Amino acid sequence: MAKKVAVIQGNTACALGAVYAGCNFFGGYPITPSTEVAEVLSEELPKVGGKFIQMEDEIAAMASVIGASLAGSKALTATSGPGVSLKQELIGYACIAEVPCVIINVMRGGPSTGMPTGPGQSDVQQAKWGTHGDHATIALVPSTIPEIFSETVRAFNLAEQYRMPVQVLFDEIVGHMREPIEFPEPGELEVINRTAPTVPPEKYKPYDTSFGDVPPLAAFGSNYRFHVTGLNKAQDGFPTTKAEYVDAEERRQVRKVESPENAANIEKNEEFKCDDAEVLIFAYGSTARSARYAVNKLREQGIKAGMFRPITLWPFPEKRVAALGKQVKAIVVPEMNLGQMILEVERVTKGSCALGGVHRVDGEPINPDQIMSKVKEVM
Amino acid sequence: MSYDYDKWIRPGKLPHIWCPGCGHGIVMKGLIRALDICGLEKNNTAIVSGIGCASRLPGYIDACTLHTAHGRAAAFATGVKMAKPEMTVICCGGDGDGTAIGGNHFIHACRRNIDMTYVLMNNHIYGMTGGQFSPCTPTGAKASTTPYGNPDPIFDISKLAIGAGATFVARTTAFHATQIDKLIAEGIKHKGMAVIEVVDDCPTTYGRRNKFRSVVDMMKVLKDTAVPVVAAAKMTAEQLEGKILTGVLYQENKPEYCEQYAKVIAKAKGA
Repeated sequence: MAKKVAVIQGNTACALGAVYAGCNFFGGYPITPSTEVAEVLSEELPKVGGKFIQMEDEIAAMASVIGASLAGSKALTATSGPGVSLKQELIGYACIAEVPCVIINVMRGGPSTGMPTGPGQSDVQQAKWGTHGDHATIALVPSTIPEIFSETVRAFNLAEQYRMPVQVLFDEIVGHMREPIEFPEPGELEVINRTAPTVPPEKYKPYDTSFGDVPPLAAFGSNYRFHVTGLNKAQDGFPTTKAEYVDAEERRQVRKVESPENAANIEKNEEFKCDDAEVLIFAYGSTARSARYAVNKLREQGIKAGMFRPITLWPFPEKRVAALGKQVKAIVVPEMNLGQMILEVERVTKGSCALGGVHRVDGEPINPDQIMSKVKEVM
Repeated sequence: MSYDYDKWIRPGKLPHIWCPGCGHGIVMKGLIRALDICGLEKNNTAIVSGIGCASRLPGYIDACTLHTAHGRAAAFATGVKMAKPEMTVICCGGDGDGTAIGGNHFIHACRRNIDMTYVLMNNHIYGMTGGQFSPCTPTGAKASTTPYGNPDPIFDISKLAIGAGATFVARTTAFHATQIDKLIAEGIKHKGMAVIEVVDDCPTTYGRRNKFRSVVDMMKVLKDTAVPVVAAAKMTAEQLEGKILTGVLYQENKPEYCEQYAKVIAKAKGA
């Protein structure tokens, strides 16, 4: 039987991807340009017995998502710009309390109210550093409509697998662009659910590291009861200020994402004509669409260009970018911000090649000509 | 009647953090009696709080307990309740947590009439941070941030809850210990948003700045200012000046939020 095909916008693909992943709770607040994610889920979730709630503000939306997840739901919120800023407090809560959840950020220009209907990529460092305190971050940056669907599924998988918030960042361009998508059949994409405890209830500790760096998570309302707090806590979940516990827990929570083994599992990149590349374009999200076009055009002109496209932006693909930095003469980083991920590229390439940034913050996409000019300039 | 306190006290978690003379412990005992009166199951009971002295309460109770971020208890609790409507959900916290930083969540939980019970301990001050004025600090009172006396008017929490749409609103004080459990139990049994305001005291950060010589003096004020609603009906406005009404202040039956959402699901599935 032929697969179901449709032409839909990125925000719709995101919502349908969430349903595919088994999302059964959405808590949100209206904000351009992400609102369609909420609108579609308000219609789709109750059809599968899921819950949709429009909360009183962005903070409440994030809070409801964490509460629902602790009660066993696969929970999602979607927002943009100022909404992400407001959610940062509780993204940190989900980090320290290790509560699986997915946050969609359809990026627009900023700061503040900025340009609500224009695209931007200026939240990419905020995704890593936005909430206070040391913590690990997983952030995914799809660039096509089918990829928004599949990366939303993967975001749920990673959230459940690593017991933490996962952010999916795309921008207004792909959020509102319509593209064909062939919907995966049920079972075609892997769907991962959190590991539930198997110990007797009286032995359960919500942060029991004897099960590894990602302790099993029980649900409220099951046979297990436990305490959750945003304070630094010991393995039993109760607050502690004992230096050795605090230190061990903080380091474990970073290690579960950034250890080489786990980071390799989370990392996902596309390399387009990189094998013989002499100049590399590091591009992500909708900007990668222009970069792909630029690579082909440059090759027609005899310039050996390639594109490296992180699909997992955080943790940053350090090793691969460092290796490519030694291979190529120059790396060009186009971004709809004033230079954010170029800082990471600069950090890991350690001066092994020339660097050039292409930046726009006027609400217009970066076009291939701008990228090609910069490539020629740095070569 | 005897109550099974041991059943609900989490083993190994006492002593609590509260100062001698603080009313929160009296409220916690009242809450435990209410849990016992209602015959709740521990695994099916969620107790959710924000940040502050009063919000440390859930850690001492042997149930599904969630100590959230400052002011956010009602919003987290809404997620828990929506996800598992069969659970009994109780929020607890203080006046600053619930009506200042958490005011928006508080009024909207009331508006939705979601089936939860919010036990709000009003000690008129931010105790944990050392005694700054809250939206419930009496005008003129001294706090660490009102050295010249508090210029702010106060929130009447119960009136706020009624105005926002809560369908069971009651008030008592830490002095009236035996009324606390009865009102909380009624709130738990009520289908919809129940707010139980318990006016209590903070001798450490409020009492000593406001010329209360002892905890007994503070308790005496709670005793003397409380007027049961029944008695108040026969009193003049002049006689009621400076008094607080206690007992069940408001109760009505209205559609409950999770039940309403269940209808949405039925409609979506039928469509």
